[in-house]
Amino acid sequence: MSPDSSQSPPEPPSRRPLIAFTWLWVGLPLAYGLYELVRKATQLFTG
Amino acid sequence: MSPPVAPPGWSRWLVPPAALSVHLSIGQAYAWSVFKPPLESALGLSGTQSALPFQLGIVMLGLSAAFGGTLVERHGPRWAMTVALVCFSSGFLLSALGAATEQYWLIVLGYGFVGGIGLGTGYISPVSTLIKWFPDRPGMATGIAIMGFGGGALIASPWSAQMLESFGTDNSGIALAFLVHGLAYAVFMLLGVLLVRVPRPRTGADGAPAVLEGVQVSARGAMRTPQFWLLWVVLCTNVTAGIGILEKAAPMITDFFADTSTPVSATAAAGFVALLSAANMAGRIGWSSASDLIGRKNIYRVYLGVGALMYTLIALFGDSSKPLFVLCALVVLSFYGGGFATVPAYLKDLFGTYQVGAIHGRLLTAWSTAGVLGPLIVNWIADRQEEAGKHGAALYGTSFVIMIGLLAVGFVANELVRPVHPRHHVSAAPAGKEAVDVPRQQPESA
Repeated sequence: MSPDSSQSPPEPPSRRPLIAFTWLWVGLPLAYGLYELVRKATQLFTG
Repeated sequence: MSPPVAPPGWSRWLVPPAALSVHLSIGQAYAWSVFKPPLESALGLSGTQSALPFQLGIVMLGLSAAFGGTLVERHGPRWAMTVALVCFSSGFLLSALGAATEQYWLIVLGYGFVGGIGLGTGYISPVSTLIKWFPDRPGMATGIAIMGFGGGALIASPWSAQMLESFGTDNSGIALAFLVHGLAYAVFMLLGVLLVRVPRPRTGADGAPAVLEGVQVSARGAMRTPQFWLLWVVLCTNVTAGIGILEKAAPMITDFFADTSTPVSATAAAGFVALLSAANMAGRIGWSSASDLIGRKNIYRVYLGVGALMYTLIALFGDSSKPLFVLCALVVLSFYGGGFATVPAYLKDLFGTYQVGAIHGRLLTAWSTAGVLGPLIVNWIADRQEEAGKHGAALYGTSFVIMIGLLAVGFVANELVRPVHPRHHVSAAPAGKEAVDVPRQQPESA
């Protein structure tokens, strides 16, 4: 058996940092929008 | 541009953020009203004139989704997201030029026409791809993206208002705000363009491309089925019922409790509108995900059947209990959002994944119709009732009866939905390749 054929295929790179970054990219503006929404919605009970 | 295929090890959890980056951006359209008062005072426009860019944008959304869907299927999600980015961003840049030079027609052309093409293309761009990545949970996947369209306005509304406060509300301040919007949204949407990937086509044991499994119907073929038009009625009636409340939410809650010991102030009414937006968004992700568990037909039974019950409760007892009124309205709005978000998965169940994005685009004409129908019913009837000397909750009674009737029609349409007849199925095609849009030959008895 040649050394090449004994090697397993290379592991695909871990995507976890990319996943975290992309969810933060969309999650942070959405969290800002939700915060503003909650601030306004509470006026129903206080206004 | 050929569809970008995912490399080995690519995570499917990278696709929802790609979709969200587009939907959170184009959802800005629902925050257009922030620009209306400054435009009216800076350019001397009427309320009707200042609404034109938004109205044209929504018309273009429907048209580009309906007619561009097949192109989106052919060229893939990256092409569609690129078109959406270029059109949506250029729409703002043209509007900036229009505001700076006081040429209002440029704002209508830019935001309404060019930007509207971006809205329609962007709306349908990730649908088909998400369904292919999440065949086990298509409702949840499309629910995340379509929730983003609702969330876009939540972000843009305070953001645009703060920007106008900083830059000023004269024409140069508005121009600068449009410019920043165009550039910021281009950068934000770029993530989607760079990130989106279609799944690798599966191969058979002999290395040949796998064949698309299950029922597959082309967009053109779907239009010839009763199922498409039944779903069109289902979506149209569900959206009309939601808009019936959304359109006049603030004056409605004020009118309902005007003659009671606890009238609703303008500030509290604004809070009620915000709460409805939250229910709309929550319904998009919540109900759509639930449809993966209980089935698409069942969830629409809930939207339409329980929706009609909620309208009945508001009509009968709404003015006697504020919590009941608020609760029923929230449930109806959550069904409104859920109806939008669940329909791509319902289409996938009936027509397969082959051209589901294009079919979804064509079905969105039901949204455009409901967008005209809902406000028309509620406003026209309220005006007539007011002329007849009625006030308070009585202004809306007839509208609610009509909404209950429409929901009943939608419920019956949903009950009539059956699996698509095999004569509409396309010939088997390798996954990821063009299928042949030729109806399968059926025996005479089929």
